[in-house]
Amino acid sequence: MNKIGLIILREFLSRVRKRSFLIMTLLGPILIAGGITLVIYLSLSSEKEHLVVVIDKAHLFTDKLKGTDKVHFVYQYADMNDSTFRAGPFTEMVEANEAILENNTLQVFYKELPGISVQRTVQSEMERVLEREKLRVNHVDPETYAHIKTALNVQLFDIDNTGKESLEQEKAGIGFFFGYLIFIFIFMYGVQVMRGVMEEKQNRIVEVLISSVKPFQLMMGKIVGIALVGLTQFLLWIVLSTTLISAGSALLLKDKFDPKEVSGPMMTQQLQQQLAENSASAPASDDIKLVRALGDINITATLAMFVFYFLAGYLLYSSLFAAVGSAVDSETDTQQFMFPVTIPMILAIFIAQMAVTNPSSPMVFWGSIIPFTSPVVMMVRVAMGNAFTSPFDLVLSMSLLIGAFVLTTWLAGRIYRTGILMYGKKVSWKELGKWVFYKG
Amino acid sequence: MLRLEGITKTYGAFTALDCVSLEVPDGAVFGLLGPNGAGKTSLIRIITRIAMRDSGTVLFDGRPMTDADVARIGYLPEERGLYKKMKVGEQAVYLAQLKGMSKQEARLRSIAWFERWDMSGWWGKKVEELSKGMAQKVQFITTVLHGPKLLILDEPFSGFDPINADLVRTEILRLRDEGTTVMLSTHNMGSVEQLCDHIALIDRSHKVLDGRVRDIQRAYGTNIYRVTFSGQLIGFTHALWTGAELLDHTVEDERIEARVRLMQGTSVNDLLTAVMPHVRIHGVREEVPTMHEVFIRAVGGDTPGREAEGPTE
Repeated sequence: MNKIGLIILREFLSRVRKRSFLIMTLLGPILIAGGITLVIYLSLSSEKEHLVVVIDKAHLFTDKLKGTDKVHFVYQYADMNDSTFRAGPFTEMVEANEAILENNTLQVFYKELPGISVQRTVQSEMERVLEREKLRVNHVDPETYAHIKTALNVQLFDIDNTGKESLEQEKAGIGFFFGYLIFIFIFMYGVQVMRGVMEEKQNRIVEVLISSVKPFQLMMGKIVGIALVGLTQFLLWIVLSTTLISAGSALLLKDKFDPKEVSGPMMTQQLQQQLAENSASAPASDDIKLVRALGDINITATLAMFVFYFLAGYLLYSSLFAAVGSAVDSETDTQQFMFPVTIPMILAIFIAQMAVTNPSSPMVFWGSIIPFTSPVVMMVRVAMGNAFTSPFDLVLSMSLLIGAFVLTTWLAGRIYRTGILMYGKKVSWKELGKWVFYKG
Repeated sequence: MLRLEGITKTYGAFTALDCVSLEVPDGAVFGLLGPNGAGKTSLIRIITRIAMRDSGTVLFDGRPMTDADVARIGYLPEERGLYKKMKVGEQAVYLAQLKGMSKQEARLRSIAWFERWDMSGWWGKKVEELSKGMAQKVQFITTVLHGPKLLILDEPFSGFDPINADLVRTEILRLRDEGTTVMLSTHNMGSVEQLCDHIALIDRSHKVLDGRVRDIQRAYGTNIYRVTFSGQLIGFTHALWTGAELLDHTVEDERIEARVRLMQGTSVNDLLTAVMPHVRIHGVREEVPTMHEVFIRAVGGDTPGREAEGPTE
């Protein structure tokens, strides 16, 4: 086996065998799956029961409000003072006198702030009853009113992609998610590269190592080894979370939900079919739109681009992290060099966020071309599909990114080579510049 | 074995080595001496190809050295270091593999070494669980495991107790007898005298001295002899006349030991002939300068005002 292979193997194994890797690998999906299952569970199983007392002196609402299985309405006709309400069994108190017909204002008193769904139930029921009352007073036929009342359902269509409702927003959201993953990955493992370099420098083994291998081999071996650790961890997370989510939802939501529908790929496929049938006609609610958007983007191409941008972006940054690690003696000294490495990353997330709402702004264009931000920003454009319709942008962005990582790796290699043997020296930017141009 | 010709190395405005040439003979233990900051580490790093020279040539086995030759060098840096979290055995095998050995062979050889040094129980331990001395032994093994032709040891005895230092010393001599050339950089002049056949002394980026240890000691000889005798000191002194000068003397029981410097043109034979009629001679021996004295004279003595950093151990 050649030397760089040996280094990659050691870097990989020494990390994968660590207890912290095992814990993170197991804990990650448990947290993710637990979180998702909990959200599903909470959203499906509603809150505790609410007993809403309506002080209905004008007899406007009595017996007209329809409760749900969690929200019940009770009516009283005399004022209730605060202490009685506090002591009583009611969870909310609504005061409705005749003035409500004029000022359209409702006061709800609560013991514990009711959830949005309870608020909505109370509001919509009261509105419904009040509308009825107003129709009666104004002698309007309810059917006429139903005809007058208008709720517009706005559908967006892309002129170049006729017949299909536009899902740009949702697709951009998915792209942002991918971009965000790349951001997290680069940071998490970039810092690991930096720590690894510092460890070798601090315990002085580096001099032994580079009497056997070239500094560049050592640096690249570490970078690639850690990239493999990252990929392994991600893969395990995906496998474990999918298993756990389906298992978890099967256990928790047996009676409420068919677990097959929740587990990732199955869900999209089934829903996609269902949705394909009625996509043009029926207006979709927000979450269904998201699923449809997922079905609408070019999954294979997007995943391929994800892997590319994620690896290239990681290579670009991790070599810089390696250079930083080589230049300092201790973790506390890293800050002055970390700052300029971190800034473009933060900027990338910022621009990517902008791309979700305003994908055609010049800021987003440049962000997706310039190598330091492109891994995150371009993912939004890829998911939206507009990267494929303007392939020149994509090719330019990819080649610039490759060029940039070759350049930063070369640059970092030069700094690394000198830095790892330099001790007890507070290194300045000027110094780093000098190292790049040392001979040999 | 190894020949350096006109090696020059600068870091920015600082010259670490200025046209240094030296030759390390095959199968010798070669001492590389010099005060701190003289350029020894720079020189070693150039030989191990960690640093690049600005000019000059390094000949390894008579031909210009290439990257492939580093596999035939074993290097123990002054600042020791191992992966703290890695198991001792795995680490030894890994480092040998980086030197180009197969995993199988590296394993067998390290097991043999561990057995020989009675360290078999350490194989599965992490380095952080070992004491400093134990870690040093592991490090020494990792340096020699791949059977290098040239062994470069920077302060090999630091951190060892006398017993382990002896173990290492024996091992160095054994390796030399098996044909390994050893380059030793140390401030411990005692071990230079014990181990080294040749030395080179570097001071302020320049080589100031090199050659066989015995030749150098002779060259730095002071022409002082110690004569042990019984009899009258006064008679002895008179007999010296102008041929020699009495520096000092000690008296123990009936015997007197006198330190005598011979004047130009006087031989030991002349001295003995002169004093023999007056005293009974028990012995005479030349006072050879220690490497310690040679070092101080070569580095510090002839440049007053500069603080020479003497031997530290």
